[in-house]
Amino acid sequence: MSANYQLNHLRELESESIFVLREVAAQFENPVLLFSGGKDSILMVHLAMKAFHPAKIPFTLLHVDTGHNFQEALDYRDALVERLGVNLVVGSVQEAIDAGMVREETGFNATRNFLQTAVLLKSLEDGKYDAALGGGRRDEEKARAKERFFSHRDEFGQWDPKNQRPELWNLFNGRKEYGEHFRIFPISNWTELDVWQYLAVENVDLPSLYFAHEREVIHRDGMLLATEGDLIPRRPEEKVEKMMVRCRTIGDITTTGVWESEAATLEDIIAEVSMARQTERGGRADDKRSETAMEDRKKQGYF
Amino acid sequence: MTLDNTELLRFTTAGSVDDGKSTLIGRLLYDSKSIFEDQYEAISQTSAKRGEEGVNLALLTDGLKAEREQGITIDVAYRYFATPKRKFIIADTPGHIQYTRNMVTGASTANVALILIDARHGVVEQTRRHCFIASLLQIPHLIVCINKMDLVDFKEDAYNKIKEDFQIFSHRLDVKDIDFIPMSALLGDNVVEKSENMDWYGGSTLLYSLENVHIGSDNNFIDCRLPVQTVIRPYSDEYHDYRGYAGRIAGGVWKKGDEVTVLPSGFATKITKIDTYDGEVEEAYPPMSVTLLLEDDIDISRGDMIVRTNNQAEVTQDVEVMLCWFNERPLQPNGKYAIMHTTKEARCMVKDVRYRLDINSLHRDEDDKEIKMNDIGRVLLRTTAPLFVDSYRKNRITGSIILVDEQTNETVAAGMVI
Repeated sequence: MSANYQLNHLRELESESIFVLREVAAQFENPVLLFSGGKDSILMVHLAMKAFHPAKIPFTLLHVDTGHNFQEALDYRDALVERLGVNLVVGSVQEAIDAGMVREETGFNATRNFLQTAVLLKSLEDGKYDAALGGGRRDEEKARAKERFFSHRDEFGQWDPKNQRPELWNLFNGRKEYGEHFRIFPISNWTELDVWQYLAVENVDLPSLYFAHEREVIHRDGMLLATEGDLIPRRPEEKVEKMMVRCRTIGDITTTGVWESEAATLEDIIAEVSMARQTERGGRADDKRSETAMEDRKKQGYF
Repeated sequence: MTLDNTELLRFTTAGSVDDGKSTLIGRLLYDSKSIFEDQYEAISQTSAKRGEEGVNLALLTDGLKAEREQGITIDVAYRYFATPKRKFIIADTPGHIQYTRNMVTGASTANVALILIDARHGVVEQTRRHCFIASLLQIPHLIVCINKMDLVDFKEDAYNKIKEDFQIFSHRLDVKDIDFIPMSALLGDNVVEKSENMDWYGGSTLLYSLENVHIGSDNNFIDCRLPVQTVIRPYSDEYHDYRGYAGRIAGGVWKKGDEVTVLPSGFATKITKIDTYDGEVEEAYPPMSVTLLLEDDIDISRGDMIVRTNNQAEVTQDVEVMLCWFNERPLQPNGKYAIMHTTKEARCMVKDVRYRLDINSLHRDEDDKEIKMNDIGRVLLRTTAPLFVDSYRKNRITGSIILVDEQTNETVAAGMVI
């Protein structure tokens, strides 16, 4: 009989994520869902919709805006918020720079990626959020592979990877002191391929940046970067070229590499991802600064 | 687009320091072509920088700075790979003694445990400990990987000797299914590819075993249990009277019309609908997340449990458990802790420590009953509110608890209901 009662891997992952999302709604007073406009946060919103149907998603959406976003990602975000009837809060890196809270990097590889941490922590503090749901996955990066579903942060927002609470069965301990918060990762166990397969099965609408399109790019350090006007200072030898490309992740323009691709549909993307010989973060300049770049940023309170 | 029907298998790995666990996982990932070029490039650079010969596959799992510095795994690392038959989640747990809590963590959700043994050293104290934990946590299948066969000249006697030693120890444990595989993770023998150096071994490779072990009956499909996580009330015109009880099925197969009872109130009613975002479903079973709608308007909230009327969980405030202690501060006799069980939270007091278990001899120590970090003991707890429990043997979800220190909020222990 048991043969008939076996969920396939996508449904099992879905069910696990829904369980975690419902635990967050039940255990925390003021949870927020970190929304970047990327496919992982789009998946998170989709799963949250499923978890609380037919009620509305009980989370505010928080977007940390570096000011260097693809316009299309912003349009997608606004349309989604409108459709779901949820609250959107935007934490602005530009405002933080203007207020002198953080200082902008300069030079050819300048990025606002590292400034996001301070803005994120301030937004969480301002909104008195006690849990922040993120779309981080353990297959993304080696430090992320050690994350819990419920990840405790002290009053400074810091992560202590050597002293994490053990997480057993499906018992999630969200107890904390006032002023501390949790980062919650409901899609911890999904891989990039799982995400794409699921988005395809569920027919989820995605920003067209994820599909192949013609775009002006430059080559740098073995990656392709989208130029988007004058956002990225160019070295004299770097030439702008037009190519068919797509995004595998969508983040701040200055650190999101694009990939040469002809994939026009989700099925094409799935075929491409299953053949891919590079991880999706292989196109992320922010991870390449040092061997433990992600761990260092996470300890300070990064996503 | 249709779904390919791939099952998910979770396994955990356990071994002593230097048994080659990280190398084995690296080998599985590498030979099943689950390692990406940029990852491989990064670890070869690191290996070269450290002056190591060849590429150190262990670096794939040792992600934290301290782990790389010390060359040991500190925390559970999760890894993912897939073959056309199955998707795998690996919980790679450290073998270092003070981190035993991580093995318990990895074991709690695993279908299969890989126990690594260094062929030169045979069954050691750590092997017994890991094996005992696997049986205590009721991991349904054990695969004993007798590794580093290349260092004993691939000799059959070495393998047989370890297998016999292991069986002498393991027949006293509660493990249903044990398999033995001789291998060399470093060279790749019997991991993904069949070994050319061990003709005497007629069994399957590790990957073949992982792809084919039967996991269809690892869940409980008999005893219907639904711990209520949250109540869904849309407060909209369209769904004015909607009141759904959301949760993940912890046991049994559920159908519309089933007679159910709500614990602790004891009210009986019927299921009118099993709802999901994708519409009503005919049947619900573990580990599905669903929303139940009931015929009668009963007061139900988070922490309550819905069960079949003719098959109910035990309602009790006296819970006897096997406890694994994780914290530097030992278990306090008569101490008070917060207790979490399914979706219910209560407080409890330690009424009695029955005995502390010596994991190596399986001897029950009734004189020295102090339960310290990494100790396991049988304990009686008295809770402030009734819990709705099954024995852990019957159901891993409704039979498990954790204790939380109310001062530090740390998870200090995991318990299996006897």
